[in-house]
Order: sequence, then C-alpha cells, then structure tokens
Amino acid sequence: MSQEKKKGFFARLKEGLSKTRNSITEKVDEVLKTFKKVDEELFEELEEVLITADVGVQTSMEIIERLRKATKEQKISDSSDVKELLKQIIRDMLELEDNTLKIEGHPAVIMVIGVNGVGKTTSIAKIAYKLKNEGKKVLLAAADTFRAAAIDQLEIWGDRIGVDVIKHQEGADPAAVVYDAIQAAKSRRMDVVICDTAGRLHTKKNLMEELRKVFKVIDRELPDSSREVLLVLDATTGQNAVNQAKLFNEAAEVTGIVLTKLDGTAKGGIIIAIKSEQNIPVKLIGVGEKMDDLQEFDSKEFVDALFAE
Amino acid sequence: MAFESLASKLQETFKKLKGKGKLTEKDVKAAMREVKLALLEADVNFKVVKDFINTISEKAVGSEVLESLTPGQHVIKIVNEELTQLMGSAQSKIVFASKPPTVLMLVGLQGAGKTTTCGKLGSALRKTGKKPLLVAGDIYRAAAIKQLQVVGNQLDIPVFTMGDKKNPVDIAKAGIQYAESNGHDLVIIDTAGRLHVNEELMQELKDIKQAVKPTEILLVVDAMTGQDAVNVAENFNEKLGIDGVILTKFDGDTRGGAALSVRAVTGKPIKFVGMGEKLSDLEPFYPDRIASRILGMGDVLSLIDKAQQAFDQKKSLELEKKIRSQQFTFDDFLDQLEQMKNMGPLNQVLEMIPGMNQKMLKDVDIDDKQLAHVEAIIKSMTKKERENPSVINSSRKRRIAKGSGTSVQDVNNLLKQFEQMRKMMKQLSNPKKLKKGKMKFPFFG
Repeated sequence: MSQEKKKGFFARLKEGLSKTRNSITEKVDEVLKTFKKVDEELFEELEEVLITADVGVQTSMEIIERLRKATKEQKISDSSDVKELLKQIIRDMLELEDNTLKIEGHPAVIMVIGVNGVGKTTSIAKIAYKLKNEGKKVLLAAADTFRAAAIDQLEIWGDRIGVDVIKHQEGADPAAVVYDAIQAAKSRRMDVVICDTAGRLHTKKNLMEELRKVFKVIDRELPDSSREVLLVLDATTGQNAVNQAKLFNEAAEVTGIVLTKLDGTAKGGIIIAIKSEQNIPVKLIGVGEKMDDLQEFDSKEFVDALFAE
Repeated sequence: MAFESLASKLQETFKKLKGKGKLTEKDVKAAMREVKLALLEADVNFKVVKDFINTISEKAVGSEVLESLTPGQHVIKIVNEELTQLMGSAQSKIVFASKPPTVLMLVGLQGAGKTTTCGKLGSALRKTGKKPLLVAGDIYRAAAIKQLQVVGNQLDIPVFTMGDKKNPVDIAKAGIQYAESNGHDLVIIDTAGRLHVNEELMQELKDIKQAVKPTEILLVVDAMTGQDAVNVAENFNEKLGIDGVILTKFDGDTRGGAALSVRAVTGKPIKFVGMGEKLSDLEPFYPDRIASRILGMGDVLSLIDKAQQAFDQKKSLELEKKIRSQQFTFDDFLDQLEQMKNMGPLNQVLEMIPGMNQKMLKDVDIDDKQLAHVEAIIKSMTKKERENPSVINSSRKRRIAKGSGTSVQDVNNLLKQFEQMRKMMKQLSNPKKLKKGKMKFPFFG
C-alpha cells in the first residue's frame, strides 16, 4: 500500500514534470548530439537551453561558467559527459539543508503570501489537506479580505477537506482576522493556523506594510510558536519572480517557496536563480489540480526528473 | 538584483567608438550582445530575441551614425524603431459586432486575472456607451461565480449565471439569449483558467466558440510570464484563434517582455493592460511605449527623438538657463506638476526621467495624493513667494499652511524638497560634476 503510494507520488511528479523534462532533455540531447566536442559553441548553446527554462541570464552564465571550469579540471572532452556534470552543478545549487514545514508551538503558524493569481488559496487547501492527513488539527484564517469572493473560495475548500475557517467580512482588517484565528486556535487546541492573504504586487508599499502589521500580531500573540512564511510563485513567471522573492523577503522573512503550476509547459527554472541569489529554499511544488498534487520539493528528484531520459 | 540599464551598458560598449561615423560589423556584434541580454532579462522569449537580433543587426551594420547621437544612442534608436514596428504602431481597439450584441470571450491560464478583467473591461466599455452583461462561465474554480457577481455588483453591471452544475457551453448560449432579450449590446464571457496543454478543457473552449461565435476572443496574459508565454499564446491561438491580448498585472516592476513574445508569435495586438487593483485600472495599450520599458531605460528614447529634432530650442534653452542659474521657481514647478498630472501616476512618470533609475527611486515613496497637497501649498503662496522661496519666513509659513489646509511641517518639507530638487537639477545640468558625484547618468557621461 505504502509502496504503491510512493510509486504514485514519483509517477505523478514525473508526469507533472514530463513536459518540462522532455523539452529540456530533448534540447540538451540535441545540443550534445550536434556538438561532439566540448567547445565554446557547446557552452553557448547550453546556456541558451537554460535561459529558455527561465533560469535567467545571470544564473545561466554562472552555471555555464562552473561547467566550463569543471570540464577543464576533470579534463572532459566528450560532450556526452557534460550532461551529467551539468545536472550535478544544478543539483548542488539547489541543495538545501531542510525543507520540511516547521510545525511547533500551540498553534504553529503558516503564512501564505504572494502576488495575485499565483494560487495561494488552492495551495493552502492542499497544505491543509496534507497536514490533516498527517494527523494535525488545522485551522484556516481567511485574511484575504480584499479580493472579491476570496473568503468564499477558502470556505468552499475548508468544507471539502473538513477544516474550519475563521473569517470576517470582505474589506475587514486582515490583522484582526489573524488575531481571531489565533485566539480560536488556542482555545480549540489546534496544531496549526494557516493564513490566507490577499495577493499583492511586491511593489505596492502600503500593501507590504499591511503584511508587516499582520506579522506584528503573530509576534505578540504567539512569540514561542514556529512560523513558516511561504511565498507562492507561479512556475510560468519569468525573471520578475526574483524581484518578488527579494521584496517579499524584505517585508516578511520568507522561509520557503511554494512553486505552483508546474504541470504546464513552464519549466520553473527561476527557482534556481532565486536559490542562488536569495537563498530561499523551495519547500513544496504543485504539479497538478488534485488535492494531493502538492509535493515536498526534492532537489535531487527535481533535477533527475528534469533531465531523465 | 538591479539591472544596469541597456543604455549605460551600451555606453560602456561604445566607449572606444567616439567620433566614428559608421558602425562596423564588430561594433554591432558587441552591441547586439547587450541588446540580447537586455531582452532576455526582460523575459522576451529566446527565439523571438534571436530573430529580432538578426533583423536589427542587418539594419545596423554600415548605417550612418547621426550627428547628434553617440553610437550607443544610435543602436538604441534602431532597436527602438524595430521594436515599435514589431509591436504595431497603432493602438488597437475592440471591434464591435455590426449586429449586436458584441460577444467577447476571455480565455487564459489560471490566475492570469480573467474574472477581474471581465469587470474592468465591462466598466471601460460601458463608458463608450455600451450596455454590458457579464456571463459566469467558470464553473470549476471554487467561488469563481461569486467573485464575478461581487465584481459585477461593485460596478453595477449585471451578471448572468446558471450556477456551477450546467455546462459552460449552455451557460454561454443562454447568456447571449438573455442579453438579446434584455437589451444588452455587449456580452463578456468569463471562462475557467486552464492549461494550454489540457486537451479536454481546450475542447470546451472550442465548443463555446462554436456555439456562440464570439465577436472577439481575448487571451488574458500575466505580464510577468517568462519564456513560456510563447507556448501559451501559440497554443491558445492555434486551437482557438484569438483576436487580441489583454496584459494584466502590468503595474508591478516587470519589464513585460511577454508582451513582445506574445505579439511576435501570434501577430495579434495587445488591446488593454491591467494597471492596478481597482476596477477602473484598465488602460488601452500603446505599443509604441512598451519598447523603453522592455529595454529598461526610462524615456531615453524620447530624449533621442529630441536630439534628432532639436525640438523647441527656445523653450528648452530657457528652462536649461533657469536650472543652471537656480532660477527654477515654484511657478515652473507648478507648470510641470500640471503636465505630469496628465501623464499618469507620478512614480511611473518619474521613471521616465532619464537618470532616475529604479535604484534611485527605491527609497522615494510617492503618493499621488501628496501631489494634491503640494499643489495646494504652492497655490497658497503669493507670486513673490513662488518666485523667491527664500522670503518665506515662519509667519508666511503659517499663512500658507492655513491656506492650503496643511501644516507648517508640510510646508517646511516642501520647501526643503524644492531646494533639494533645485540642487539636483543644477547637478544634472552640469555633466562634469556628475561624473564625480554619486548619481549615474546614462548618455551624458
């Protein structure tokens, strides 16, 4: 049973990433076929492949520079060995210490933030579902009081997974919603409160201020609880995701990234840039529309799936 | 990660080229590398960039550098001309049906902003005299119908819904019938977000198209989309045949290269851009203005234009003289404020000023409401005070504060800022000083 489940997980991850994998692997293979020798032209072509995956110019150049150095050091002259090396380099860049969600204290808090339309509410439902299945008592806080029907959306999800939602009216103060949710969670002895927040562009100063206010409430009410601040990023996002990560991190000390919509043709290469520039680890990835399509990010599996034959 | 602007990079590339009359192949190749990187950093699709670079390389090699331009400026001029041509020079509008109702169908990926845009579009077109009806065709996402209803309610635009148990094709058909019998001459159909590779859901869109024959199908695209924008646009266009694009979330700091990618692969015009949270924040898209944003170089382009045209020399000389001699007065300032107000939100306008890059503006917090206060303060000054702010003593300050409904502190702030601005302008007008100073100023170094 558990083995079947495990297989299901890997199969789904691969399935979700297959589009990504195919295109990237095909391209790398194509490049390596055309260029038997390891020369400048090969490096340039490989750099292009990375850029097309949204890795970004700067990070791509950095990766290729490392690849160039490594091929020289290891005296690799056959282009077919280059791919393994490239995989290793990207894997090293994505390597992280620990990417499990921290749930400590009574209750622990998970804040979910991000720009508009990245899939915050859906991700929350998936996280709640996952934690509930792990035996945690979960409470949701509908602190997106701005977008039309955002509260209803979270409530529908709450019903579906059987988790309570604390809400106010549309237009209410998000900090007050979070405060109430924390009080409710304390008295109901919940393990974790997951807070939805309104989508906001990272460039809107007053909205970023609003986030700070919510954090103040959490600081005051739950000084001893663990706090995850998850930034949700859409895998189709380009280089702007780096700005998003940077500015959200400045305002909220992001502890991890949830990368959504990896089931399309988007490659999500931007996470490499974010890891290398902001050092924020990816904790979860969304690879489909089903409830259990939110998976723990594993850099090894991610890169393997990306380059699998 | 602050990008250096393309302008200053090209400046660097062409340092050695001063005084050259023609661009050689080697010069162009070096410049093209910078242009290529700038476009890629702006998320323009790689293939699109390659094609584009090939076109401009051909044009640039051997071309004469205009007298008033540096080689760097000259390359930018060529890049800009080509970009503008690619984007289409004219603004593209919605084509209404000859026999009402006009039916617009909004499609796109999840989270692009279709539902919000439905409301924004309805509101924008109502201003042109249309009587819109919104049709809730997203039966999948939780509370999507409710969202459209709330949006419709806020705008006082009726929303047609049949709940989430009916087929979207039937909902669309019934929506149009409802519009016909209730005198709506504009129907906007919201559809569920879907992946372009999801055959089943793409088929559903084809079925809706088949059933209601929409006047226009508009693809809603997130302006922050990366390299994949090309696949999305290509797929939706091939399977569905789109008539135009609406770019959303353009009010952030994305360079918006997706705009160029989408345009290049579909050939379809971008008709509107979403510029903010409010339901009134939808603007027509001006293709000729996107180039500078993608290239990340403020309004250097129009500066180049000016270099070519030597426009209204007398007026600019006058202003320059004023700036140099620190004779820039509150009246001049007020003039400029008036002009700026017509141009759009202040922080965006500021970005257009060359030399004002993102880095400099990072700590400047600008609120359009402050502008109104500033205006009130200046208007409460006497003519003498406006011309010579140094006469403003504390009793004058109190009077000005009272007159403008602000505080003495506000008046003090403005005076201080004005003094700083004068200083800055003086600095800007003196390139030699600038080089040593903190401020970086592309093109005039």
